[in-house]
Amino acid sequence: MHILIDNKSGTPIYDQIYSQIKSQIISGELQENEILPSIRGLAKDLRISFITTKRAYDELEKEGFLYTIPAKGCYVAPKNVELLREETLKKIEDHIDQILKLAASCNLSKDDIVSMILFAMEGQE
Amino acid sequence: MNAIEIKNLTKSFPGFTLNNLNLTLPGGCILGLIGENGAGKSTTIKLILDIIHKDSGSITILGRDNTENILLTKEEVGVVMDEIGIPECLTVKQIGNVMAHTFRNWDASAYQALVQRMDLPEKKPFKDFSRGMKMKLGIAIALSHNCKLLLLDEATSGLDPVVRDDVVEILSDFTRDVNHSILVSSHIVSDLEKLCDYIAFLHKGKLLLWEEKDVLLAEYGVIHCTAEQLQSIPLEAIKHKKESPYGVEALVLRSRVPSDLHISPISIEELFVYMVKEAQ
Repeated sequence: MHILIDNKSGTPIYDQIYSQIKSQIISGELQENEILPSIRGLAKDLRISFITTKRAYDELEKEGFLYTIPAKGCYVAPKNVELLREETLKKIEDHIDQILKLAASCNLSKDDIVSMILFAMEGQE
Repeated sequence: MNAIEIKNLTKSFPGFTLNNLNLTLPGGCILGLIGENGAGKSTTIKLILDIIHKDSGSITILGRDNTENILLTKEEVGVVMDEIGIPECLTVKQIGNVMAHTFRNWDASAYQALVQRMDLPEKKPFKDFSRGMKMKLGIAIALSHNCKLLLLDEATSGLDPVVRDDVVEILSDFTRDVNHSILVSSHIVSDLEKLCDYIAFLHKGKLLLWEEKDVLLAEYGVIHCTAEQLQSIPLEAIKHKKESPYGVEALVLRSRVPSDLHISPISIEELFVYMVKEAQ
């Protein structure tokens, strides 16, 4: 597992840990049921607050990417296809949001946007 | 269990009062106590250790009242003050022998290992130590009697960046254990900031703030903008501002600022300066 912390980037440290572990789980670099470093161990190795690592793990657990066995540790959860789909849908929605904002800034009409998307889809076929 | 619990602590000296202080260090955590020179940090630590006596309030260390059997409690507390009081003619080894007769739980092999890891000279007498060496020795002693709570009073100020880095590493090793807690007091935290779980600001004997560090960093940010742009931010979101003829720098609550303005992250030190200015 790799975790690279950048203190100078504006992203909170817990977020950096969270998104890096998550992407390694999604890509399969971290395998199902693989044990993750302990919260305290990770905090020590990264030399950061243990609350920071705990928050990253809590977030991942809440979203179903890992599970905890009390007194044993945290493990990578089996991949949940539904969850991954939802994640991707959310990303698409975010991008659409951005498209709409950009479109509004140069007065594109609804039809213009639709035709641009249709055009792009034709290009990919 | 809380490692330290301070309730309504008051202590008056001529010209200075530590006023009704409430402070908690949850077990297994690191608390950074930050304050300007003379804010009351050392007074607080001395009161915790009952070196000076409180006027009123209560202090609990590792679950015990600090006036009951403080000697026994001190076995479990490692303390490093900004001056290390060691007889000047002693060498590292001789100091180890003295400590072996001072602490019931003295761990000679841990001491030996720390001294080696910190690269301290074996034959030099203490008086020839540099400030960095003295501090490292202080930390080595504090960590060699199986303590559960470490109190560091300005222990890293005046150290060079390389030594500070060593100290950070040793402290983060120490907190690997769930039962180990640290209180670090300083007027500068910089490199210790990352380690801290909780942050407390002390200013002129009063507690300005006590909060989880990540919450503070998520809550506050700095904005650099023009005076016109600043008007688009609700007044209650602006905690403090510095104006120049060319623009404004403001401490803001992130959640209340319109999303099109860029907010830069803030360091704990910057936040402290803003908070103190606001309090004045």
